[in-house]
Amino acid sequence: MSAISLYFKAILSGVKSTRNGMALTWKHAWSARKSRNIQQVQDPEYFSAGENTGIFTLEYPHEKIPVPVNGRYQLHNEMDDCIVCDKCVKVCPVDCIEIDPIKATGLVGHTSDGSPIRLYAAKFDIDMSKCCFCGLCTTVCPTECLTMTSEYDFSVFDVKEHTFGFANLSPEQADEKRQLYEQFVAEKEAMKASASVSVEALENKEGDEKPVAKPAFKPSFKPKMPIAKIEESIPPVVENPATEPEKPAAKPAFKPSFKPKIPPKTQDDHE
Amino acid sequence: MWIALLICLVLISLNVVVGVYVERKLSAFMQDRLGPTEVGKWGLLQVFADLLKLLQKEDIVPFAAQRKLFLAAPWIIFLSIFGAFSVIPLSSGVWLQGSQTEMGLMLLMGIISLDTLGILLAGWTSNNKYSLLGAIRSAAQLVSYEIPLGLSILSVVILSSSLNLQEIAGQQGIFAEGEQYLFGIKYTGIEVGSMGGILTWNVVRMPFLFFLFIVFFIASLAEANRAPFDIPEAESELVGGFHTEYSGMRWALLFLSEYGIMLLVSILGVILFWGAWYSPFPNIGRFVLADWTNGTPGTLLGTALGFFWLMMKSYILIALQMWVRWTLPRLRVDQLMYLSWKVLTPIALFFVAISSVWSLLK
Ligand code: SF4
Ligand code: SF4
Repeated sequence: MSAISLYFKAILSGVKSTRNGMALTWKHAWSARKSRNIQQVQDPEYFSAGENTGIFTLEYPHEKIPVPVNGRYQLHNEMDDCIVCDKCVKVCPVDCIEIDPIKATGLVGHTSDGSPIRLYAAKFDIDMSKCCFCGLCTTVCPTECLTMTSEYDFSVFDVKEHTFGFANLSPEQADEKRQLYEQFVAEKEAMKASASVSVEALENKEGDEKPVAKPAFKPSFKPKMPIAKIEESIPPVVENPATEPEKPAAKPAFKPSFKPKIPPKTQDDHE
Repeated sequence: MWIALLICLVLISLNVVVGVYVERKLSAFMQDRLGPTEVGKWGLLQVFADLLKLLQKEDIVPFAAQRKLFLAAPWIIFLSIFGAFSVIPLSSGVWLQGSQTEMGLMLLMGIISLDTLGILLAGWTSNNKYSLLGAIRSAAQLVSYEIPLGLSILSVVILSSSLNLQEIAGQQGIFAEGEQYLFGIKYTGIEVGSMGGILTWNVVRMPFLFFLFIVFFIASLAEANRAPFDIPEAESELVGGFHTEYSGMRWALLFLSEYGIMLLVSILGVILFWGAWYSPFPNIGRFVLADWTNGTPGTLLGTALGFFWLMMKSYILIALQMWVRWTLPRLRVDQLMYLSWKVLTPIALFFVAISSVWSLLK
């Protein structure tokens, strides 16, 4: 092709592409008279515009796309149905749930599905800023009180506000419950110390065994043994070291934080 | 006249408000968006909110900049554009034209060229590589595009035999003296001078002026630094181009100039090609639409109507500029030069030759 015809071809293609481009933008400007329908992503038409042309903008706070029913968004705990079993805490891969359980002196009540509640939660905090929305906690929850809602717009100005508290006890109430339980334990202990010699003997025997076995054991395993043995007679774990005069030798090795977690399991077993 | 000065000042300020809003909305619609919606009804107050923000901003002068020239550059740019309005007749009569000099068009081209000086100064004194690159590109671009722009204007001047813009405008309608024939050819025997309207506009008087108008339009886009010729301020490669270092009200002044020159070249295009301040309706038989819609020159009504028609047509051209901007991607520097020197200049020269011959046929 000669240079001159190339030159004119180039001009022609420039004119053509300009015309096509202008036609395209005009088409869009013209169809901007109407807005697109709001479509959910499940809609089969979602990715093929089809007849659905026009303005795409979703004026967010004013209009919203309906979220899928099984969407994973903000967590909600229906505290009245929570048995404070601690399963959600354990399963959470990022440790964003924090529970401070207090044992009740008896049965607190029943959840709506009939499970007995034996613990109070002084604290039930979920830090949504850490949450990875994996939904594991909702899966393990035995009473299905922990659910994911369709609320996704919960941005805050301070990241601390992302910790949502679900506990329904006030600090005073929690203290009161704690004292009640301590008192209850103390009473039990006193009763046990004075009245039940056989149990004491059992305890003593255990005490004798322990020093021998001890060095080999990992401390975290230990609490389970005595509890299993004495369970029939007394409520299992003792929270406060001061109320546990019989086992001074074993004590220092225990991590107190492990203790509260054991009884709920055993209680579950009883059910 | 003082009235013209004040009106032009108000016009340029209003133009930036209207222009920015229209541009935002138009670009939004072309991209299936909504544009501003939150401030005021349909986002109408968004521009004022932005202006308020600009007013509050600090006027930063870079430490390494040449302070005095840096501060003066936006004023040079603004004044060169504002100055060009002085010869523009905004309506019939003498009220809305600042200077009735016979050399109007020449003067206008001269003043607009000063714009380049301001841009070069702004880029150079900023002491910033992006600004400098933008300024250099801008100088190259403006100097190149002044040639097709000048040539396309020249054809109109050949047709009108005048450099006075008011005279050029007046010839294109019912207020013109002498006889006019359809397409400017006596041979057709159709007298349109008394009919006026669209039939006596320059593009109809000399039909191939339409192609020259396209040359003019493209060159004016380059002159106004609008996309696709916005390489002096190419955001994606030069941050802000020559005005990278400007902030606050000084930046607003540059912005004002940018929209000012858009309006200026649009008005100029309308005056030269599209019948200036005449209405598009001709007199047909008993329906003397041209007489009704143009009023009498010199009267208040006639002036107002002329101003109205001129602005209507100019804003159509501005909308066209925006449409082009949101359609075409930016040209590369070499493409820019290619287009100017190898395409537009030959075309313009060709049509200048034709229009010389055409005016002999009159
Ligand atoms: S959804 Fe996953 S990350 Fe979030 S709290 Fe539940 S288990 Fe933890
Ligand atoms: S798993 Fe469910 S019942 Fe158990 S503590 Fe968590 S929320 Fe409560």
